[in-house]
Order: sequence, then C-alpha cells, then structure tokens
Amino acid sequence: MAGIGESTYYKHGQSPDAEFKLALQAILAACADAGIDPREIDGFASYGDDRSEATRLASALGLPRLRSATMQWGGGGGGCCAAVANGAAAIATGQADCVVVFRSLAQGQHGRFGQSAAAGAVSGERAYLVPYGVISPPQRFAMRVRRYMEEHGVRQEALRAIALVSYHHAQNNPRAVMRGRPLDAQRYDASRWIVEPFHLFDCCMENDGAAAIVLVSAERAADLRQKPAYLLGAASGAGPRFATHAHNSPAYASANFGTLAPDLYRMAKVSPADVGVVQSYENFTGGVVMALAEHGFFTPAQANDFLTPENLIAPDGRLPLNTSGGNLAECYMHGFELVLEAVRQVRGTSCNQAPRSDVALVIGGPMVAPASDLLLGSAAAL
Amino acid sequence: MNHFYLPEGLPAPVPEPDGVSAPYWTGLREGRLMVQRCQQCGCWQFGPEWICHRCLAFDPAWVEVRPAGRIYSWERVWHPVHPALKERGAYLAVLVELPDAGHVRMVGNLLGDPMQAVRIGVEVAGVFEHHAGAAPPFSLLHWQCR
Repeated sequence: MAGIGESTYYKHGQSPDAEFKLALQAILAACADAGIDPREIDGFASYGDDRSEATRLASALGLPRLRSATMQWGGGGGGCCAAVANGAAAIATGQADCVVVFRSLAQGQHGRFGQSAAAGAVSGERAYLVPYGVISPPQRFAMRVRRYMEEHGVRQEALRAIALVSYHHAQNNPRAVMRGRPLDAQRYDASRWIVEPFHLFDCCMENDGAAAIVLVSAERAADLRQKPAYLLGAASGAGPRFATHAHNSPAYASANFGTLAPDLYRMAKVSPADVGVVQSYENFTGGVVMALAEHGFFTPAQANDFLTPENLIAPDGRLPLNTSGGNLAECYMHGFELVLEAVRQVRGTSCNQAPRSDVALVIGGPMVAPASDLLLGSAAAL
Repeated sequence: MNHFYLPEGLPAPVPEPDGVSAPYWTGLREGRLMVQRCQQCGCWQFGPEWICHRCLAFDPAWVEVRPAGRIYSWERVWHPVHPALKERGAYLAVLVELPDAGHVRMVGNLLGDPMQAVRIGVEVAGVFEHHAGAAPPFSLLHWQCR
C-alpha cells in the first residue's frame, strides 16, 4: 500500500461536491501521497455496489488502459477488506500493476441506509423482516447482539467502551466529523435508544466522502515516496449458511469471522499476540465485541474485563482500537477509512499512534456475509 | 380502526419472482404455517430454497407446522425509520425458534405491551394477522407469550 487519500469528510447531505467528484478527489490525493502519476493506475477495486464505476473513472482520468475492475459481491461494509484483497490479487497474478481501491459514498445525494420510505411490495430476505418493522441496519443486527450478550453475559458497559474509545480518538483527528464533540459515559448512558441494546452512540454515523488506497507490488512500493504498508494476509467469505434468510444462520450470535480469522492468521503467519493495533468496523458496537473475540483477543466470557476504555485507548492501552475514530466518530466511509488508518499506523503517522504497529489488523463489517479482514505490516513484519 | 400491531403502510411481503417462498406466504393467508422439510433426509429448512442444504435433493416438501416456539432473541425498536411508524412509538420484534420444526427461526412482533419485559427462552404461540384489504393482500405471523 503505497498511497492513501481521502476527500473532506462531511456529515451526510453536506458535501458540496458530487459523489463521483469526491471519488476523484480521494484517488488523486492517494496518487499524490504515493508520488505516482495517476495515469499509472490500471485497475480499480471496490465493494458495496459503489456507484463510481471503474470504467467512468478510467475515462475521467484519461487512463491509457484499464486492466482490472473488481467489485466484491454483497455484504455492504463487509467488503472493505476484501476489495483490497481483490486488488492485490490482480497485481499478484500479473493482471494489473497499480490498482486503486476506493469507496465513495454521498448519502445526502443518494439516500441513507438508515431511513426507508418504501411502499408497495417487498420480497426475498426483506419480506421476512420489513413488515414487522425490522427495516434498518440497527434493527436487523440488534437481535444478534442481544443473543450474544445473553449467551455470554456481556454487559452494556462493554459496548459503551467501544463508543467512548472511538470518540476519544476522534478528538485528536483533524479529519474526524466528530472532532470537538467528546463523549463520556454519562452522555452515552443518557442517549436515546435507537433499538435496544443499541443507544444512539452504539450506531455508526452516515456521511458523505470518499477514500482511496494505491496498491502496487512490494518491489515497486519500496521505490516510492512513503514507507510501504505490506499486505500480510487477507480473508473473506462466510461461515456455514451465515446468510440464510430470516435470521437462520446456525452461528447466529456471531460476527461471521469464525472461519475467516484462522485463514487470515495462517496466511499472514502471525498470531493475535503479534497484533499491536486494531481497526474494527463499527456498524454497531456489539459487532465489534464479537469480531474482536472471534479474532482471538479474548474469549466471550472475558469481554467485560477486556473491553474497557483504558485497555483500548492509544498509546497506553493493551490493544489500541479504532485509532482514527472509525465509523462512529471519524467518518462512515463504509469502513474504508479504517483501512487508511491501518496504513497510517504501520507508517507511524497516526494521530493516535500505537507503540506496537508493525502488525495492524483491519476487520471489515461484522455480522454480514461475505465479511472480510486484513493484516498489514511494516517491512519488519515480513 | 387499527387492529394491526404496526400501522398500515409498510411494504407488503410477496414471493420472489421465482416463487421459491410462495407456499409460505400462501399458507399464512390460509392461517397455516408452512415450512420446508426434505422428503429424502428429513431436514427442516427456512428460509425456503430450491434444494435441501443437507442432502442436496431438489424441491423440499412443504409441511404444516404448529405455530408454537420459544423466543430466541428480541429487540425493542425506538427510532422509527419508516413514515408509517412515525406515530407508533416503541414496538417489539422477536426471533422465535420452532422446536417442532428443527429449530428453524422466524421474525415477528411480540403482541401486548411494548414495554413488557422480554426473556429469551419464553414459550410463545403464533397469532395470524390478516391484511385482506391490502394491495396485494397478505398475512403476517405474530407471537404472544403463552
């Protein structure tokens, strides 16, 4: 990963620029960061049905040729790490030399995930949910988290710690939408329920913006401007029948990393103890609890003891978490801002730098399928 | 005149264009809970699919199941996201497992006081809610504590 870039991050509906223009801004910023001519780009990778199509980008940027264009199927923010892996696979197999992985999202222009005015008819998975008022993402995920809390005795304070940490880190981050809006335990407790067990601050924001990463081969990255962040490993997919309709996945109280995390560590040849800093997608804080446990940092029974602000805040915590503020407090860029933050951690340039950052973990959207995750590392980790 | 648990105006459930779930929705309209059960291996399956996920026999049979189960999980929704729900106030959704049907699960609303204490594991009975006047007409399956 040779370059990173993002547009200004806005509250939803506040971008003065079109979504496609935001994508172009992020891509050019990432190229400038890497020190490459944008016309070196010969591939794009994205996820979440990004509307900024690879062919339009290639035309807009006057690319001499487009060699790879991959879109990760389904899963919403579950694809934020898989998109990187797909781009890297194109390079590793000789199909492309310079792939930009990106996400652009202007919810003010194209509608929010958290609102619906749909009438008429609904079919498929949504037919089993929407007529019962189970419509928006928090409503679709709350019952997984409730079941997990019940099975393992996880308390609301564990969810709260994740929200407090994201807001704490965002206060040092000039890019963060929630900078200047600190959160404390009292304000969390007093905040309204969106859907039990999620308070307002357990839920991600909705935003306008774009973020991009330039991927090249490890050999090429060594000659470029920035300290490279190497892709140590990646995994994506789903456990057995995880996407079964009407909440029938066998592992229901799960973030869906049961089959992915072992693959990830095996490919990267590292263990959870080697990981110095984690960016874990917060669609909802409860998903982070499950995702971290499934990546081996604690057992579900230990969640209450592990998940405290002291343990998770950089630089002194045992496992600094979501050091940019993430989806809760930096910007909901569908998790792609988390990948950029992991690159900063490996470079040593985060606003909330972790002392151990040679191995950085990114966990994509939990509780969705397909999900995905990544391990990045410095040259020292190779 | 609202005798429905949630106000009218939410989208009506219909089968997919390929019809794989049509027997389920037709069954609800007739006041019957239909679930797939493979005739070859006996595996229960929900949501519906064209093939049995265990033995890969095509076209699992549909069998009628007693609408009785246990609460597997629950949520109390406070923030309305659809115009039809703006005036509703809090409501309860539950995930119910059906021990008589291989523990398949389905989502519905829990009838009664939306502020009632809900406990996982509690036994519930199904209550059909018929929206005969909707276009298209449909029926839902709700639950109440036994």
